[in-house]
Amino acid sequence: MKVQPMDQFSAELADEVRDAVYDGSASGYDKREEALFGDYPDPDLLRRTAGNIKQHTLEHLDTYLLQAEAKMRENGVQVHWAGDGDAGCEAVLRIMRDNGATRLVKSKSMATEEIHLTEFLEKHGIESLETDLGEFIVQIDKDHPSHIVKPIIHKNRGGIARSFEREGLGAYNDQPEVITRRAREYLRRKYLEAPVGLTGGNFLVAESGRLVLVTNEGNSRFCLAATDIHIAVVGIEKLLPRDRDLSLFLGLLGRSATGQQLTVYTEFISGPKAAKQPDGPKQMHVILLDNRRTEVLGTKCREILRCIRCGACLNVCPVYRQASGHAYRSVYPGPVGAVLSPLLAGNRFPELADLPKASSLCGACNEVCPVNIPIPDLLLRLRDRAKQEGVKSPGTPPLAAWSRLASQPTLWRAVMAGGKVMNHLPLEMLPVRALKDWQSARKLPKWRGGDFRRWIKKHKEAESARGGEA
Amino acid sequence: MSADREEILRRVKDAVGAIEHPADYPDWPDGLAVCDKRPLDDRWAAFCERLTAFHGMPLEKPEELAEYLKTFRYTHGYCDPELAGVLAPVLGPEFTLEETFERSRLDDYRFGITRARGAIAETGTLIVTDGQTSSRLGALAPWVHVACLRSDDIFRDTAEAAAALGDDPNVIWITGPSKTADVEGILIEGVHGPGVQVCLLLP
Repeated sequence: MKVQPMDQFSAELADEVRDAVYDGSASGYDKREEALFGDYPDPDLLRRTAGNIKQHTLEHLDTYLLQAEAKMRENGVQVHWAGDGDAGCEAVLRIMRDNGATRLVKSKSMATEEIHLTEFLEKHGIESLETDLGEFIVQIDKDHPSHIVKPIIHKNRGGIARSFEREGLGAYNDQPEVITRRAREYLRRKYLEAPVGLTGGNFLVAESGRLVLVTNEGNSRFCLAATDIHIAVVGIEKLLPRDRDLSLFLGLLGRSATGQQLTVYTEFISGPKAAKQPDGPKQMHVILLDNRRTEVLGTKCREILRCIRCGACLNVCPVYRQASGHAYRSVYPGPVGAVLSPLLAGNRFPELADLPKASSLCGACNEVCPVNIPIPDLLLRLRDRAKQEGVKSPGTPPLAAWSRLASQPTLWRAVMAGGKVMNHLPLEMLPVRALKDWQSARKLPKWRGGDFRRWIKKHKEAESARGGEA
Repeated sequence: MSADREEILRRVKDAVGAIEHPADYPDWPDGLAVCDKRPLDDRWAAFCERLTAFHGMPLEKPEELAEYLKTFRYTHGYCDPELAGVLAPVLGPEFTLEETFERSRLDDYRFGITRARGAIAETGTLIVTDGQTSSRLGALAPWVHVACLRSDDIFRDTAEAAAALGDDPNVIWITGPSKTADVEGILIEGVHGPGVQVCLLLP
C-alpha cells in the first residue's frame, strides 16, 4: 500500500474534485439538520437511545447471533459463517458454483467492498455487476467509492458522460437525467439475465430473523424480483434485538444519511419468496461476516461497531471535506473510517495508524452520529495505541526535542523570545524532510514567541495601576 | 464453514465475557421515533398529504387513473388478475391489461397495477408484500406503479407498521418514486423502479 500523508493528498487534489466533495458533503449535512431538527424537538434523545440499543446488542452479541441464526433457519434461510474476508468470498463462490451460476447482480454493500468480493469473483470467472448508479459508475471507471452513501461524490457529470460514451452507453451527454435513463435501460436487462442477486444488509433483527435493506433507487428490490437466488453478506455487528427497534433506526438512518424520513425502498426480507409469488429468489443465503469485528469487540474501541453507515460524520468533517474519501486509503473513509479502517487492518495497523491523527478532534462527528459514537475518544485511543506500539506515522516530524523544551519553562521562555530569528531564516531551505513536506502545502506564520507574555505583563501592570486609582 | 461458526462464536463469547458491566437494553417509549404526534382522525387525508410531499400521486377514483394514463398514452400495462375484473370496465376499451407479467417483454408495460398491503400515514409510505402483490416485477419494472389501497389498511405511523410486519417473507415500504442524487446531488426520479408512484383508493 502506498502511504501518502493525507495533507499531501489533499494538497494535490484537483480543484474540481475538491469542490465536488465539499459541495456534496455540505449539502448532505444541511439536509440532515433540517430533517432531524424539523421533525423532533429533541433528536439527541433518539441518537442516545439508538446508541444504547446498539451498545447493548454488541455486548450481548453471542445471545443475539444465536437467536438470529435459529430464526433465519426456521424461516428457510441458509445461514453461513465467514471468519474472515477470504472465507466470505469463498462462501459466495461456493453458492454460485453449487448452482452453476456465473453471473450476479449486486446491490451496494460496504461489507463486500471491505472483502474485495468483486475482484475475487472476477478472478474466478464470475461476472459481478454493480447496480446502484454510483457504484456502477465506480465499477466501469475501475475506481473506488469515496463516500459511504454517495460513492461518486468526487465525480462530476462531465467525467461520467465521458465514461458512458467510452463504455458504449450512448454519445456524450452530461444531463444527469439522460445518464440515469441510460443506466436504467442497460441495467434492467442485466437483472433479468442474472441468476443471483447479491446484497448487503442494513439491519438483521434477532427476534424475527428479518434482514432489512434500504435503497432509494430500487436496485436491491430489482435484484430480488428478477433473480432466483439471494445472497446477503452481513457483518455480525448489524444485529438489532427486536422488530420494534426498526422504527427508531430506520428514521435515524434515512434522516442522517440523506435527509429523508424514510429511504424510498425499505425491504424487510425474512426468507425465500412466498410460494404463490411468481417472481423472486427461491433460495436465500445469509453469510455472517466477522473479518476482525470480534477483535474490535474485545477492544476499548468497540463503540465503533454501532455504526449504521449513514455517512453523516463524513459530511460534517472538515478534514473529509477538504481531503476527500480517497485520502483515507481504505474502504471506510471519514471519521468512522479513521477509527474502523486501522482496527480492521489487523497486523497492517501501522500502515493506517496515521488516520486517527488526521483530525482536529472538533467533535462534530460525535454530535451528528445517529448512534452517538464517541469518535474523538476512539481516535485518541488509537493514537495512544500507535504510540504504545511504537508506530511511526509518515509525515509526523520528530517531536522529542520539542517535548524536552516544553517541559523546561526557563528554556521554553528563552526559545520563545529567541525564536524570532526564524523570521529572517529561509526555512524552506532547511534540510529537514518533515519540515519540507509540511511546508509544501502550508506557510509558517510569522514567529511571535514571547509577545503574549510581554502583553500580559503590561496588561497586569495597567490593571493594577487602574485598581490603585479606584 | 462450521469451523468458522464455532470460531466466531467463541471469539464473540470471549470478547463479551470480558466486559465488566454489559449495557442493559434501554427503556424507551413506543412513540419515541414518531415525529407526527397529531391525532389522525382521517388517516387517508394525512397519508395523501405526505405522499404528495414525496412526489407520489394519491387518486380516489379509477376514472382519475384512466385520465392520467391517457394523458401520456400509457394504455398498455400489467394488472393483478384480481383487480383487472373491477378496473378493466372502468378504465375503458382503449386499455390493455395483461394479467401475467412476461419478463422478456418488460419494457412493453407502461404501468403496473397491484394491491398494497397497507400504508403509513405519518410518512406517506405504501406497504407491499408477497402475500398481496401478484408480481414483484409488475409492481417494479413499469414506469408507473399503481398501488391499490383499502382505507382500513392505513397504519398511523412507522412504529405501528413495524409492529405489524407479520410473517410475510418480503415486506416493502415504498416512500415515493425510485430516485437517485448520485450525479452531482441532482434529484432524478425513476432510476430502476417506477418514476411515478400512484396510490389508488379502493372502494
